[in-house]
Amino acid sequence: MRFILIALALAFCGVFLLLPLVNVFVQALSKGIGFFWNSLVEPDSLSAISLTITVAAISVPLNVLFGLAAAWAIAKFEFRFKSVLITLIDLPFSVSPVVAGLMFVVLFGLQGFLGKWLDDHNIRIIFAVPGIVIATTFVTFPFVARELIPLMQATGSEQEQAALTLGANGWQTFWHVTLPSVKWGLIYGIILCNARAMGEFGEVSVVSGHITGQTDTMPLRVEKLYNEYNAAAAFAIACLLALLALATLGVRTFMEWRQEQEFERAQHVGGLTPALQPAERADC
Amino acid sequence: MGFTLTYLSALVLIPFAGLVIRACGISWHEFWQMVVSERALAAYRLTFGASFVAAIANAVFGTLLAWVLVRYDFPGRRMIDAMVDFPFALPTAVAGLTLANLFAENGWLGRFLVPLGIKGAYTSLGVILALTFVGMPFAVRTLQPVLQNLEIEIEEAAATLGAGRLRTFVSVVAPSLMPAVLTGFALAFARGIGEYGSIVFVSGNIPFKTEIAPYLIVMRLEEYNYTAAIALAVVLLVFSFLLLMGINQLEQWSARFQK
Repeated sequence: MRFILIALALAFCGVFLLLPLVNVFVQALSKGIGFFWNSLVEPDSLSAISLTITVAAISVPLNVLFGLAAAWAIAKFEFRFKSVLITLIDLPFSVSPVVAGLMFVVLFGLQGFLGKWLDDHNIRIIFAVPGIVIATTFVTFPFVARELIPLMQATGSEQEQAALTLGANGWQTFWHVTLPSVKWGLIYGIILCNARAMGEFGEVSVVSGHITGQTDTMPLRVEKLYNEYNAAAAFAIACLLALLALATLGVRTFMEWRQEQEFERAQHVGGLTPALQPAERADC
Repeated sequence: MGFTLTYLSALVLIPFAGLVIRACGISWHEFWQMVVSERALAAYRLTFGASFVAAIANAVFGTLLAWVLVRYDFPGRRMIDAMVDFPFALPTAVAGLTLANLFAENGWLGRFLVPLGIKGAYTSLGVILALTFVGMPFAVRTLQPVLQNLEIEIEEAAATLGAGRLRTFVSVVAPSLMPAVLTGFALAFARGIGEYGSIVFVSGNIPFKTEIAPYLIVMRLEEYNYTAAIALAVVLLVFSFLLLMGINQLEQWSARFQK
């Protein structure tokens, strides 16, 4: 019985997980490595890659700051609108990316609320890079916060209070006490945030205007190449994104392994506070 | 604290409020007309229907996968466990691209399936398959902690009282798993409704046949028909909110069971 179940599960995984992954790499290299390389260094593709990296480089740190601030506020303090705040943080998760993009177009687009004012000042947000950055920041901002909140809530504030009584000021407490205790969650949150920022498609598609060479991110470039029937080149860029996804998974597995090690080491030493277990990701 | 609030409002509340205000500007009659047009209805049918079917498939296979991963040990188990998160980490455009390629006529799977009449690409079946792919981690990851926390003593007690394996599963294990399965189902369903990137590659976006609701919104946007786009978006938003509230209730209910 168990063999049938295992076989079924493995078959499902094989078809739905492994096959698509392998297919990406095979298709990318289907016209040879020369074509693969050329597709990547072609100017439009290069600009797409650099735009993706730029957008991620701006939105991820911003969201980390926010995630830390929000998790800190939620976990360590009591205030009235806490559940509202938590629901608001979950908002980008529940909204379809297209609807989110639409929200920004309504706000910043020419027909939108701020459109006239922006046009007068010659500031272009929609169909230009700033719009992409804002939209990406919106859609990825829950990731860091959601990783950190359960972790900080589980630690409680005794350690910080102890630090304060020993004379540390706020910043020192944060840097030396709070941060190390959420180290793994923070790293994982950053990785996830980054993966989503680089791979986001729906929202950026609405907001960017698809201007080749200027407002195409990597996923949009994949779509454009595919629509031009240049499947092999599309797969070449998709390959890079798939590698990013694999790296994300790899970091997570490595982190879990390190965390287990720390836990075991702390248990051997005994008497010291053990490192925290990973928060359950049931609500991802 | 102040930083949190400013950031949050600037990024989330204002755009959201903007959308709501704009939506309120549409007359009820106009709104209704745009929302129940033939094309929109077909799009909703596909979006909700396909997400529903995909979520059921994920509930079934997700349960199976979670069971196998938690209960049995076999070579490669850790690798598969890590791979379950792959659809979550992979950009949706890449997922759509590779699935469309696999199921097309000359793809690895399409080669066998198309002659059999199973057309994965450019059909609603393709949409269901893509949604199953992206929703899979939700079902599995919701179930794993619950399965891990199941007390083995209860099952042993059932065995000593004479229940066979199947009876034990149906009467003892399944009811404890039900809330988590439902939560996983709801999460996969919610994800499926909003999914855009992977579908537009796989479905071919043929109006009335394989066009999903988010795609219709984008079409209306490109026609600069903002009012129609907003009307459709509001429908999706309302449904997502209801679903989100339902999910929160489910999670609270299942938390009660755990105690």
